Amino acid sequence: MTVAGASLLATPHPPAPARPRRPRTGYLLLLPGVLWLVLFFLVPTVALVASSLYDPTGSLFEGYQMTWHVQNYADAIAEYAPIFGRSLLYAAIATGACVLLGYPLAYAIAFKAGRWRNLMLIAVVAPFFTSFLVRTLSWKLLLGDNGFVADTLRTLHLLSPDGYLLATPLAVITGLTYNFLPFMVLPLYASLSKVDPQLIEAGSDLYASPITTFRRVTFPLSLPGLVAGTLLTFIPASGDFINSELLGNPRTRMIGNEIQDLFAAGALPVAASLSVTLMALIVLMVLVYVRRVGTEDLV
Amino acid sequence: MTDSRSSAGSQDLVLDRVTKRFGSFVAVSDLSLTVPQGSFFALLGPSGCGKTTTLRMVAGLEQPTDGSIRLGADEISRLKPYRRPVNTVFQSYALFPHLSTFENIAFGLRRRGAKDVRKAVGEMLELVELQSHETKRPTQLSGGQQQRVALARALINRPQVLLLDEPLGALDLKLRRSMQIELKRIQTEVGITFVHVTHDQEEAMTMADTIGVMHNGVIEQMGQPGSLYESPRTTFVSNFLGQSNLVAGHIVDAAGPDLVVEVQGTKVTGLRSRAAVTAGDVWVGVRPEKVTLTRSDASPGEGWNVFRAGVVSDVSFCGVSTQYLVRMPWGQELIAFKQNTGAEAGLRAGDVVDLRWQREHTFFLDASEDAEAGVEHEDGA
Repeated sequence: MTVAGASLLATPHPPAPARPRRPRTGYLLLLPGVLWLVLFFLVPTVALVASSLYDPTGSLFEGYQMTWHVQNYADAIAEYAPIFGRSLLYAAIATGACVLLGYPLAYAIAFKAGRWRNLMLIAVVAPFFTSFLVRTLSWKLLLGDNGFVADTLRTLHLLSPDGYLLATPLAVITGLTYNFLPFMVLPLYASLSKVDPQLIEAGSDLYASPITTFRRVTFPLSLPGLVAGTLLTFIPASGDFINSELLGNPRTRMIGNEIQDLFAAGALPVAASLSVTLMALIVLMVLVYVRRVGTEDLV
Repeated sequence: MTDSRSSAGSQDLVLDRVTKRFGSFVAVSDLSLTVPQGSFFALLGPSGCGKTTTLRMVAGLEQPTDGSIRLGADEISRLKPYRRPVNTVFQSYALFPHLSTFENIAFGLRRRGAKDVRKAVGEMLELVELQSHETKRPTQLSGGQQQRVALARALINRPQVLLLDEPLGALDLKLRRSMQIELKRIQTEVGITFVHVTHDQEEAMTMADTIGVMHNGVIEQMGQPGSLYESPRTTFVSNFLGQSNLVAGHIVDAAGPDLVVEVQGTKVTGLRSRAAVTAGDVWVGVRPEKVTLTRSDASPGEGWNVFRAGVVSDVSFCGVSTQYLVRMPWGQELIAFKQNTGAEAGLRAGDVVDLRWQREHTFFLDASEDAEAGVEHEDGA
């Protein structure tokens, strides 16, 4: 407004126009978010990376010295490579199981639930009303040696009389799948519910059978949800330690367990270098994955 | 492309006593209809009249509760939509948002494993003049372009019947007019049977060879646009297709070749062939553009019907014509259109006039019908 006003009163030698004021409100609104990120993301990350380069001979009582000890990484990776592998494998299997269980569920809620839709969504979210730990502990009871599930499987001869479920990789993966399933279902549901049912009719009108219509229309349109769901499941699952701790055995230990134990034992530099390595691995895998699926191309 | 069209004979689309119920609601009631092969048929009616349901049953997206749908000799009413030689242009276009213009148009051909998809799609892009947009996504196209992609996507399959569900509804008036002409041109060019659903009477009259006017799940009247307009058989048709003056009367002489009706003390005559009823109470109808207004002292000519001593109550100038509202002695307001030829001075509100029209322009409708049926459709047109 000021600029327009000035030009109306323009004289043969107009004074240099006042620099248009940049609105500062936008930056002010950014401030809380930026502060939050700096305090709770940037500072901890820098601290973590710094700790991963401390001299490993220090301890929590004597303190640590920054010696840029890059060797920490080589040691950590050499010693814990199999556990990294196991973590990523368990997380991948759990993510796969979440897709297999979650996709049909999300599809049913989006297209078939009708008036039950909200109730089903609440049922998906309901587990969050109790703590993660308590829910995982209850799986310990469920899968216990004398529990209902094991008994039934033994009766059906699907499990040998001295067989057990708890403290196996299966139990850990089951726990991971259970705990992260809602993170798969919700983004998938969000994507699927946005698919216009008329597109499915159009597919059918254009000579595509229901299966082909799903493959060519519905599924591609649900990819953003699938990508979001797999990321939200895979990333926390690969760093998880509760499920392995409560449902596993020493041979099902995941990288989260090792980091937890190392921190508890005061081996801060190794624990930190493992954490950073895990983070880097995940970022790398996510980048490759998102590139491959190419979601930026989708609506 | 690989139709067994050559197996000669008529491929008329026939709906035989089709009924569709949703729960207790009857959307389409005992509807019978024949659309000759290669014709442009319009189903015209207000929203909720069952026209879209009828279309969806032909497409296979709804199952008729009763009755049969045939294409030539083949019964298709139980066929899955993807097995019918029928394609649809959806109201909201329903273009696949993740596919390019090219792939949208190619979709049907690819599903049927057609050869030389590139060439066929190229020709279709040319027909709808979208050659330079083949790599674009639907969201990058304008409404008119999306509409043409939707048309091309359906047409490329050379269906025996193309169904169009208010395909021009989302376009602005000017674009709609030009697309109407375009659609008609394409239909003539490809010679496919078009079944077009619309609530826009002007659209239906411009494009269709035959119009079926639908109301409350039944076809009220069917015919060529001209005959439908000139000889409506129900008050709904007379009001929905254009405007009508309807005045209550009573048949006093049905013996001769013409019907004589008494209206508010005046005798009015009209052709028997344009009467829906030939005895008792009737609505006497005449189209506003058929009515001539004259100063009250003029004497009527031979063969004209006259209502005397109306008072002009409203004059609205519409460019090519002027619309007059005339209040009659019995209190009813009648409408007359007059071309603005500039030959004579216009009338003003308060002028006393006679209304006259030629006898053969009179039509008679059943007095038991609601004179207001189908009146309020100001949208669209």
